Amino acid sequence: MKEINVAQISEAIKDMCIETNHFLSADMRAALDRAEKEEESPLGRQILSKLKDNLQIAGEDHIPICQDTGMAVVFAEIGQEVHVTGGWIEDAINEGVRQGYTEGYLRKSVVSDPIVRKNTGDNTPAVIHYFMVPGDKIKLTFAPKGFGSENMSRVFMLKPADGVEGIKNAVLTAVKDAGPNACPPMVVGVGIGGTFEKCALLAKKALTRAADERAADHFIREMEEELQRKINASGIGPGGLGGTTTAFAVNIETYATHIAGLPVGVNICCHVNRHAVRIL
Amino acid sequence: MDVNIKAPFDAEELKKLKCGDMVYISGTIYVARDAAHKRMQEALDKNEALPMDMNGNGIYYMGPSPAREGRVIGSAGPTTASRMDKYTPRLLDLGLKVMIGKGKRSPEVKEAIVRNGAVYMAAIGGAGALLSKSITASEVIAYEDLGTEAIRKLEVKDFPAIVVIDTTGEDLYIKATEEYRKEV
Repeated sequence: MKEINVAQISEAIKDMCIETNHFLSADMRAALDRAEKEEESPLGRQILSKLKDNLQIAGEDHIPICQDTGMAVVFAEIGQEVHVTGGWIEDAINEGVRQGYTEGYLRKSVVSDPIVRKNTGDNTPAVIHYFMVPGDKIKLTFAPKGFGSENMSRVFMLKPADGVEGIKNAVLTAVKDAGPNACPPMVVGVGIGGTFEKCALLAKKALTRAADERAADHFIREMEEELQRKINASGIGPGGLGGTTTAFAVNIETYATHIAGLPVGVNICCHVNRHAVRIL
Repeated sequence: MDVNIKAPFDAEELKKLKCGDMVYISGTIYVARDAAHKRMQEALDKNEALPMDMNGNGIYYMGPSPAREGRVIGSAGPTTASRMDKYTPRLLDLGLKVMIGKGKRSPEVKEAIVRNGAVYMAAIGGAGALLSKSITASEVIAYEDLGTEAIRKLEVKDFPAIVVIDTTGEDLYIKATEEYRKEV
């Protein structure tokens, strides 16, 4: 059995906190470049150009891309042949978040209780999703999530009779309601199937997929492309100030579901769709 | 149209702004978001003075990331304005003239904007590193215990924003979206 010490886990999380908040992944930068060339609105092009300037300043001057450095979301895929040593993995992840947000001058945006609302001062706790997988590695995906777009996300408990049209309407409704609030151009994560909580989790996971990577399934890939075309025809545009670039991508994940249901989760992310991966 | 404007704001200058104008603000503005608005409302309910005079002033809805040593402020982009809608008409009736944020406003806020000759502007959401370059000084003036949500006084130079709702109540989000909507 392979041993992985919790210190390695904390270190990886800390690094990803700082990295994701200062540097966007290549797929997101490429999406921004492409959009700037294709956008029809002059104001929209100006905004996209400013977003590129913003990325450059963030990287060079080491200022977070966005002041909302997010709530830390972690997908921890743990190989069942791994033995974690030196402590509890959850403490290790939170220690990484604590160090990353403190040492990286990132904003502490987490309150300990949703009703009392006292800031925890170190951006912990993280929201952690564990998956047991085959093998002897731990794969950590770190995706800090800002709440301008999180607040505009939705779960729709559709009926089987609503079908594909119902799914498309649900996604388009969520995007149109989000409009300028979600800092478009956005990435739209969609989870179809499972249960109430599973579709939301699929939608979140979909946001960690590269913006230029389409679904493997032919039918789902076509739905992603069609929805992106329709979203970009909505007129919302960069910053919600009108234009032809509203979504950089629509990423759909699916799962088996019940004979009576068709759950659809729509998790919207702004143009600062941050994600990084470390394999230990 | 590009317009340079001084803060605090002159009511007559604000009347000239039209939705879609790009403005560059120089002068003093204040920063407040969710928790600070809640506290200001509680202060008003108890007939206590607010930390700053609303009259002629502007509020930027923002919660910065921490400043590195030797820097004025960290990343400093706008937050979603609609979360402040519940508290806003009362502040507008007290003389608040400009709000800077991002996203839609409620019908009640729009009515209060028109009633008071105020303006709602959007800064570019998610451009906090870029926007921080237009902030030349930052000082916490109230509710320090709220951390990033404390009330700050900012000095800004050529801070860029776009007029979304002008003094007549016209809304750029609606107008511009209509302009680029296509049938597919």
